[in-house]
Amino acid sequence: MSGVRLLVGTRKGAFILTSDGKRERWEVSGPHFAGWEIYHLKGSPVDPDRLYASQTSGWFGQIIQRSDDSGKTWHQPGTAPGEPTTTPDGMPMGESNKFVYDTSPDTGKPLTTHQWYDGTQHPWEFKRVWHLEPSLTDPDLVYAGIEDAAMFRTTDAGKTWHELAGLRGHGTGPQWQPGAGGMCLHTILIDPSDHRRLYAAISAAGAFRSDDSGRTWKPINRGLHSRYIPNPTAEVGHCVHRIALSRSRPQVLYMQKHWDVMRSDDAGETWREISGNLPTDFGFVIDVHAHEPETIYVVPIKSDSEHFPLEGKLRVYRSRTGGNEWEALTKGLPQRDCYVNVLRDAMAVDGLEPCGVYFGTTGGQVYASADGGDSWSAAVRDLPAVLSVEVQTLR
Amino acid sequence: MILVVLPPHLRTLARVSAEVQLEIEGPVTLATVLDALESRYPMLRGTIRDHATQERRPFLRFFACEEDLSHEPPDTPLPDPVATGREPFFIIGAIAGG
Repeated sequence: MSGVRLLVGTRKGAFILTSDGKRERWEVSGPHFAGWEIYHLKGSPVDPDRLYASQTSGWFGQIIQRSDDSGKTWHQPGTAPGEPTTTPDGMPMGESNKFVYDTSPDTGKPLTTHQWYDGTQHPWEFKRVWHLEPSLTDPDLVYAGIEDAAMFRTTDAGKTWHELAGLRGHGTGPQWQPGAGGMCLHTILIDPSDHRRLYAAISAAGAFRSDDSGRTWKPINRGLHSRYIPNPTAEVGHCVHRIALSRSRPQVLYMQKHWDVMRSDDAGETWREISGNLPTDFGFVIDVHAHEPETIYVVPIKSDSEHFPLEGKLRVYRSRTGGNEWEALTKGLPQRDCYVNVLRDAMAVDGLEPCGVYFGTTGGQVYASADGGDSWSAAVRDLPAVLSVEVQTLR
Repeated sequence: MILVVLPPHLRTLARVSAEVQLEIEGPVTLATVLDALESRYPMLRGTIRDHATQERRPFLRFFACEEDLSHEPPDTPLPDPVATGREPFFIIGAIAGG
């Protein structure tokens, strides 16, 4: 019997929603880690019982949590109940919440500053993990996107984390600057046809690609045009909100930029705008249909200062033509007095047929569509503000 | 024996339900108490002091004997009632919205 499991991160804890393949009725468990901000949870594609969660707090910092039983129990990797908490010589073993920037000389150029809001240079400071991206083949390998922007990796199931310093150190770092949400690395994509190829997106720096498993990186922002930076077509400095790839044609990428919806057909080498007839091309989320590489979804948001849908109508827009031609999807979504936001990591698609589409709002609703977006219903309505939604397809 | 009172979220992380008791050999200072706490409860590393700088996290405070010790240097000896276990050492989360 097929089914789906939604992993929902919110401002005050994590929730896990489960349903059978019909995706009509949902069981809700949680809050897990009540009271903590859960920026992101994600399951291993090769071991659906293996989940990772980023638990964070302005008071207490960053915690990584892992579940090996599909979310029934959680522990910090390396400090499981019953395990020794120190090495034989007394050193603490729990390093799972330790994210320390690489400053070793062998990384070449260990950058120490980036651009601050006032234009001065500012030291990199770790704040939190925004995104966890498990490997497509190894349940113990996970990439982490962090604020201040950098990428880390664990190869021991979250016990220890090490920076992939080639991203922060490739040369453009001093030109990166924080957006309103901080200088965060929020998107990590793994090319399903070549696992050495990774993509990362940073606000406000842009998109980057590695072809050697994260050792070296280059900016891939040609074609982006951003009016809020001195040189609108600069190599870096763009506030990319989210990128997504087509699983069946992974050289095709889609991007929701601060303003503008963009597309690349050459793995990010060049981009072109596909905003077309969208009522506004500001927004945060973008995702691709699981089986149709030219079918994409966005949720237009009024503007960068008014983070809510136009006219109080919550509308998902779908293009079946790879962009430019968009249709509003409204059935089951509130069409009056709706002023929620949909944050960048809060949309996901499942792998069932027909494809399920899911998104969460800052009003605490998680909407589900079991028919590719034609109709929607709330899987749950009154959670804390939703920060992220991921889906696991269970077969 | 040193008594340490943790804020509720850190008690959850450390899997303790009440105050923590620590044995410390040598001087009882802010640093030695926090070192002993993190050694016994490694899951708290990074939640009280920054991993890299060892600086106190900004929204946490250290209180003891009705004094705020948050801004004292790490090698500051704790008051004698704390060092002898008659008074607890408090780690407090700042009162702030959220």
